[in-house]
Amino acid sequence: MLVIKDLHAKIDDKEILRGINLEIKPGEVHAIMGPNGSGKSTLSSVLAGNEKFEVSEGSVTFNDKDLLDLAPEDRAREGLFLSFQYPVEIPGVSMVNFMRTAINEHRKYNELTPYTASEFLKLMREKKKLVEIDSNLTNRSVNEGFSGGEKKKNEIFQMAMLEPKLAILDETDSGLDIDALRVVANGVNKLKTPENSTIVITHYQRLLDHIVPDFVHVLYKGRIVKSAGKELALELEEKGYDWIKKEFED
Amino acid sequence: MAEDQDKILEEVTGGEYKYGFYTDIEMEEFPKGLSEDTVRMISARKNEPEFMLEFRLKAFRHWLTMKQPDWAQLNIPEIDFQDIIYYAVPKKKPELESMDDVDPDLRATFEKLGIPLDEQKVLAGVAGVAVDAVIDSVSVKTTYKETLAEKGIIFCSISEAVQEYPDLVKKYLGSVVPHGDNFFAALNAAVFSDGSFVYIPKGVRCPMELSTYFRINAMNTGQFERTLIVAEDDSYVSYLEGCTAPQRDENQLHAAIVEIITMERAEVKYSTVQNWYPGDKDGIGGIYNFVTKRAICKGDYSKVMWTQVETGSAVTWKYPSCILQGDHSVGEFYSVAVTNNHQQADTGTKMIHLGKNTRSLIVSKGVSAGKSQNSYRGLVKVSKKAENARNFSQCDSLLLGDKCGAHTFPYLEIANNSAKVEHEATTSKIGEDQIFYCNQRGLSTEDAVGLIVNGYVKEVINQLPMEFAVEAQKLLQISLEGSVG
Repeated sequence: MLVIKDLHAKIDDKEILRGINLEIKPGEVHAIMGPNGSGKSTLSSVLAGNEKFEVSEGSVTFNDKDLLDLAPEDRAREGLFLSFQYPVEIPGVSMVNFMRTAINEHRKYNELTPYTASEFLKLMREKKKLVEIDSNLTNRSVNEGFSGGEKKKNEIFQMAMLEPKLAILDETDSGLDIDALRVVANGVNKLKTPENSTIVITHYQRLLDHIVPDFVHVLYKGRIVKSAGKELALELEEKGYDWIKKEFED
Repeated sequence: MAEDQDKILEEVTGGEYKYGFYTDIEMEEFPKGLSEDTVRMISARKNEPEFMLEFRLKAFRHWLTMKQPDWAQLNIPEIDFQDIIYYAVPKKKPELESMDDVDPDLRATFEKLGIPLDEQKVLAGVAGVAVDAVIDSVSVKTTYKETLAEKGIIFCSISEAVQEYPDLVKKYLGSVVPHGDNFFAALNAAVFSDGSFVYIPKGVRCPMELSTYFRINAMNTGQFERTLIVAEDDSYVSYLEGCTAPQRDENQLHAAIVEIITMERAEVKYSTVQNWYPGDKDGIGGIYNFVTKRAICKGDYSKVMWTQVETGSAVTWKYPSCILQGDHSVGEFYSVAVTNNHQQADTGTKMIHLGKNTRSLIVSKGVSAGKSQNSYRGLVKVSKKAENARNFSQCDSLLLGDKCGAHTFPYLEIANNSAKVEHEATTSKIGEDQIFYCNQRGLSTEDAVGLIVNGYVKEVINQLPMEFAVEAQKLLQISLEGSVG
């Protein structure tokens, strides 16, 4: 589904991604871990199409399409979803209005008829239940006045509504207490299908106890330096990142 | 990165004015220029009674002694008042009894604009909206007159009111905005050609929205409309004014007057959706929209609400105001003023508290884009005898891009220390992060800005009658097309 080949990206002339290679097949969960500054968030921003970053080399294919050639909104409509590490607030724009416009844009792009108001509200009710998010969050303006945990839950709710093919969860666990973590992880797990895939970006093992990865990659100084199964995460939890840094010092 | 943002801004604010078409109708026009003869000719053409001619002449003579004011935050070239045609009417204008009598070209124009001249058309399942269609300052058709007449409500053109209800007109015309008030008020009083007259008798709640739709069509003409609304005790009316004009290279002057009088416990809601041609991307052409709108809440417990969505005009200069004379009277002002490209707006309100326990509320949202300048100018005046006055003002400015300007000039003149006056102001930009967040959810940048701006102005749009709220939202989207949505 996603093939990243030798991806280099920089911001303000500083190169952050220095040759990423990664392949993700449908139904897989990949965890990306690594010390601060390794380029984890940059990777998710570049995949989502944030123009702050310039891709200097490499290619990314998403469902046989050249991802780097698409505008961010088209990448989204193709089925790419980013759960932001710091979701921004959009005062005055109601969640309902926002989601309905987003979903209908997706549907239009994929040549499906847009939902009517009642169809949409039904969908909202379903998904709210699925990811255990309560009405007071969805009745408000997008993220306005939400706590950190509420913002993360809202990201998962939007993911449930949009049903992406590839979801990138950028440090979804940061700022969450144990219960919130459980709710968020449950939501993600409920949305998993054999056709869609997830990239989980995280520092910590504990999220991976709930969202079990098929592959774990370590990102260090802009490159994926180690890939293995879920035991790698446990090893990192025990030993930290020093042994990785020593091994791959550049 | 800044360059990319500018590119996006450029794309989104570069849309086209949809109403720029011109309708070819046979017109009768006076030659350019303004003299006492012009004024006499206008009055004679309209067959006015003596008192109207006197009204006009007094105003004209006073105008000659006045100078165009220049204190606004506006950059306006010299207007040559002799280079304007002061009277232009469609040639075919018989007494219009049915839709079939309306000039077909005119009908087509209004259809194109989506204005219901046909009484059978029902807007969104609500009781029909009565429409007074005014083209080039001449009222072409007013719908639902009979239905309204059954309740004693008068809704007709001012010209007709002068003929049919001279006593009412004599009593109230000029009582709120006398000709000496300002330069453009004097000009208007001298040469006004038409507008709407609304009279709601005691205890009557007008069962439908009343609306006047102004369309400028002829070239080189000035538009001088005059609207007068009188609401007797315990009455209610909601009135909407809409405006568009063709795309031209020359500027055209629109100097209108709106007067509202409310008696005891009467309530008038006056909403405007103004979309005069704003000039092109380089600031060529566009309407000069200089308007004096004022309400006097004469009766105790009376209320006037002004709601305006100003998206057009090259230059907008207007301060819909309320004189809160009656005790416990209330004045409210909600405004969204959008400027793009080279537009300029200096708009706001004046709330004059005279009676006791009066209240005023001001909510102003300015959205500037392109190279435009958007100013809010507001006066809250509490006179010495105005006990317990309350005012709350909120002025917010949203800037799109870095070449536009937003200015706020709040004036507070408080002469009674039992008054409570609050003022809040914010200035903001749409963040790139907000746009990217929307992009990542599948929304184009244009849609994102549209959503965000609509959210920003929601508080004001919600005050508009439902049918027009939808139109206003669409209009906002169009006006900002090219400025990031």
